Amino acid sequence: MDKILDLILQWIPSNSRVLDLACGDGSLLENLQRIHQVNGYGLEIDEKSILKCIKKGINVIEQDLDTGLNNFSDKCFDSVIMSQALQEMRHPHLLLGEMLRVGRECIITFPNFGHWSARCQLFFQGKMPVTRQLAYQWYETPNIHFFTYRDFKILCEAQKIRILHYDCIAETYPDVYLKKLFPNLFTQTAIFHLSL
Amino acid sequence: MEVVHLTEPLKLACGYSLTEHVLCVETYGELNRAKSNAVLICHALTGSHHAAGWHVGDKKPGWWDDMIGPGKSIDTDQFFVVSPSNIGTCHGSTGPLSINPKTNSTWGPNFPELHISDWTASQRMLMDHYKIKCWAAVVGGSLGGMQAMHWSVTYPDKLLSAVVIASAMKLSAQNIAFNEIARRAIKEDIDFHGGHYQEKNKKPSRGLALARMIGHVTYLSDLSMAEKFGREVLDGDFCNEKLDPVKFKIESYLNYQGDKFANEFDANSYILLTKMLDYFDLARKYDNQPSSAFRVATCKFLVLTFSSDWRFPPERSREITKALITAGCDVTHAEITSSQGHDAFLLPDSRYQQIFSTFMKRIASTLHC
Repeated sequence: MDKILDLILQWIPSNSRVLDLACGDGSLLENLQRIHQVNGYGLEIDEKSILKCIKKGINVIEQDLDTGLNNFSDKCFDSVIMSQALQEMRHPHLLLGEMLRVGRECIITFPNFGHWSARCQLFFQGKMPVTRQLAYQWYETPNIHFFTYRDFKILCEAQKIRILHYDCIAETYPDVYLKKLFPNLFTQTAIFHLSL
Repeated sequence: MEVVHLTEPLKLACGYSLTEHVLCVETYGELNRAKSNAVLICHALTGSHHAAGWHVGDKKPGWWDDMIGPGKSIDTDQFFVVSPSNIGTCHGSTGPLSINPKTNSTWGPNFPELHISDWTASQRMLMDHYKIKCWAAVVGGSLGGMQAMHWSVTYPDKLLSAVVIASAMKLSAQNIAFNEIARRAIKEDIDFHGGHYQEKNKKPSRGLALARMIGHVTYLSDLSMAEKFGREVLDGDFCNEKLDPVKFKIESYLNYQGDKFANEFDANSYILLTKMLDYFDLARKYDNQPSSAFRVATCKFLVLTFSSDWRFPPERSREITKALITAGCDVTHAEITSSQGHDAFLLPDSRYQQIFSTFMKRIASTLHC
């Protein structure tokens, strides 16, 4: 999403060292390199995505994030990014701590499970929600931790993490208008810029 | 095969200077007009210049034929591939079997001690021989990967990329231990004569075969041996105890490999080269900080490792990549699931070849023609 890229570009200075966790096909790093000349590395375990990164000339390291980041020393990156993958991690709170250990700052985006459409499906249909952001049936979903915009803010508070910036993103109406009033109900994707 | 005479003196790390030396080289593909598409192949412990293609009478093609050729990972339609036998080996390049010009007899055990820096220095001269200004890639597995890393920190402006496969920045105590067992096996052979076996028209074949058998086991994995041999029996059976003793397939295979190697390889070379492996430590000159070593490197790295490799296990490659990232170098790192042990770097594997090809294609696309 362009909106997310715009925000990340605002928050990451040029020529900084960036680690992108679960970097997928490397598109974000490619953009960051092109526009901000960052020294970027991506971690990924999906074989096809790794090949796509190599094709683009993106630095990609095959690594399972559930095994942690202990191969990286403290503060060796300016920014650590994780887009839409925290809900897939075995221990999201521990990984968040790790991200802030190896990076000075981190940027996280995640699908808001508190969105009204998810709530409606659970409340009225009594079924686990399948939405555009959470597009899997319960039995095949890689998402093993569901959390809301509000949950994440509470976690940051509990772990004494500073929220430098955040934004609530919604692409459809009426969410676009209402997300400011009721962020936990109308945010589709949340983005947080954090530090310790 | 081409025999290249390099007449400039080569000062070795041990202090000795080879006034001139010879490298046997095979090349594949065509050097482009800008001389920008050359790839240096760095062979491993017992490798040679014969990396690809078939020679007359060959039972097997070159040792990396699966990777080098038209349309293969190192695509000879794109690249000019230079594959030398390095000094100290026994396939025609200057080594223990060559004549020492000062004594007019073979070097034998008196061939000067070698370090990996001597190989890269000699390859650097070879580069000038072909008038190549910059390698598109320096590529190697195992000991070959060590040469590629050494190139990246010693001649940083002379290569665009380094491919480091199943390698390590230094040997572990266990690695050195296996090398010492191999050397002792050779030296204990009654025909070794302190390395002067040639003068006595002998060959320490039993020792060299044993050394190879030990080495060979470390190149395989428990799983690959189970898959390939299991407990399959060649002779005898367990039902009739009076017949010949039972002989397992793995015994016969290992003995065959050992004897074949003893026929083809030179014992003094084996001792010399295993020592060279033991001595290598990329970070020694850099306060034992691998990331300091790589700080001067400017090329792009591809680091590949195989899950069942216990000679240079994935952890060794992770150390390389960690050092590269700390140093700010461009690196791609992949861990290939394989049951083939250390030997996996020589063998075809779809994911391995796909990653290797994609990386090399990317390099090719950035070259000036």
